[in-house]
Amino acid sequence: MEKILLKNLGRPGFHTIDSCLVNGGYNGLTEAFKHAPESIIQMVKDSGLRGRGGAGFPTGLKWSFIPKDPTIQKYLCCNADEGEPGTFKDRGIMENDPHLLIEGMIIASYAIGASVSYIYIRGEFVFGTRRLEAAIKEAYEKGFLGKNILGSGFSHDMYIHRGFGAYICGEETALLESIEGYRGQPRKKPPFPALSGLYGKPTVINNVETLACVPAIIEKGPKWFSSIGPEKSPGPKIFCVSGHVKKPGLYELPLGTTMRDLIFDHCGGMLNEGRGLKAVIPGGVSAPMLNAHELDTPLDFDSLAAKGSMLGSGAVVVMDESTCMVKTALIINRFFSHESCGKCTPCRDGTPWLTNILKRIEYGNGRPGDVELLESLCTNIFGRTFCPLGDGAVMALRGALKNFRDEFQHHIDHKRCMVS
Amino acid sequence: MFSDKAKEEIQQVLKKYPNRRSGVMDVLRIAQRERGGHLVKEDMEEIARILGMQTVEVNASAAFYTMYNVEKPVGKYHIQVCRNISCLLLGAENLIKHMERELNIRVGETTPDKKFTLSTVECLGSCGTAPMMQINDDYYENLTAEKIDKILKDLK
Repeated sequence: MEKILLKNLGRPGFHTIDSCLVNGGYNGLTEAFKHAPESIIQMVKDSGLRGRGGAGFPTGLKWSFIPKDPTIQKYLCCNADEGEPGTFKDRGIMENDPHLLIEGMIIASYAIGASVSYIYIRGEFVFGTRRLEAAIKEAYEKGFLGKNILGSGFSHDMYIHRGFGAYICGEETALLESIEGYRGQPRKKPPFPALSGLYGKPTVINNVETLACVPAIIEKGPKWFSSIGPEKSPGPKIFCVSGHVKKPGLYELPLGTTMRDLIFDHCGGMLNEGRGLKAVIPGGVSAPMLNAHELDTPLDFDSLAAKGSMLGSGAVVVMDESTCMVKTALIINRFFSHESCGKCTPCRDGTPWLTNILKRIEYGNGRPGDVELLESLCTNIFGRTFCPLGDGAVMALRGALKNFRDEFQHHIDHKRCMVS
Repeated sequence: MFSDKAKEEIQQVLKKYPNRRSGVMDVLRIAQRERGGHLVKEDMEEIARILGMQTVEVNASAAFYTMYNVEKPVGKYHIQVCRNISCLLLGAENLIKHMERELNIRVGETTPDKKFTLSTVECLGSCGTAPMMQINDDYYENLTAEKIDKILKDLK
């Protein structure tokens, strides 16, 4: 498959505008200006593109919710607050092909009528920020940003907003709060951002990878895009593979590639030949883990949902037989309690409670009934939190308990680990 | 408090947004850099004046985001080691212990010569090159104990 999103990976120097233009960069934008904004939205709808940030919401549909009144200020925000553990795809795009993102953002802004856009990039990504800053400057110099872009009559300004260490700002309304200068805590929905978003104006928030798909859809046509991968989850997808594999890294493959093909074909198999595969987290730590018997599951939105998990951010974390699932659950849960924003009680108090119980099980102080206590806490957190962060914590833990309950019980009964 | 260069940067920041409050994160970041890695009460008051906010509101922002070191000075080199899943699977725990031994401090502490602060952090988005750490602005990837020794020696 021809690479769209990662074509520059491993090609140092290709991130500049000059090499970008030689290689067909901004052709999508030139093509976009030949169409009315409405038709751009229709093309994205027809392509079947679904959001790559985790939820898989149809992108064209999201754009179509923006009011058409040209007198209303509208915004586009790019969610580059990549923080789901195991995920490093957006960083890969921004560092290697910043102009692809910028081009996608200009097209999206043209489609929805946004005169200003912000890239919300996580604070730790200093290198990526510098790359984007330089690329935005180049884009202004070449007339792709600013007033009357390429003579189209469309004007647009793009700015970078740096996060500073808060996973929750990846939640779209928390991201808006953060740009507005408040603590990054989620807002009540409705109203949805499409009607009342940044500064109370209609706003689209899209993930980096989603926006990076847009130029190719416009240039090559929606049919080309929808012909890749499964009918209901079409298009290329970046999988971020980490953990116990020979060749971890970023892989751009059609959605629907099976976990087996990804791990054993593309990634060269397990890191240690003597150790078999135990479990895989298919879509970032919020996605419940799957076990070794589920390796033939295609990695796409619907197939993973049918297995009770999710594609999420496309972060595939591979664990071999030497991995202790109690420890894994503890590390993941500790992350969620650390990142809980404190707004609602079930998450703020529930996630650290889970962490404490997991800690005592891990360190040999587990009590009889602790597994049941974890389950009862999960029931009381899930679906009762203000935003999906608490749900993510529960889904991750439930996945571990469903597949490896005996390991937790062994830790409690024998005060030591089953695997190491 | 702010240098001329910082004042100019702040003017650029304010151009990005329709109101001044939105500049608070950037201005806090600039202030932290100016002070050498952390923020104090005085900074909050100054920022509040510049942005037309209450000091308590600036404080609220600074306290919410983990990269602002409020009243918590850090060493010349702030070492932040990832402790999340992908790095853990490839031995981050041993590397953290190794660094504690090498630097003779515990996680969360600063060496007496104020050169190194050792922290553990959640995922930094470099999982394909785990285990990894960040020192000030830079990522160090595919770490081993030997590699860490060399990095620390070069910084000493």
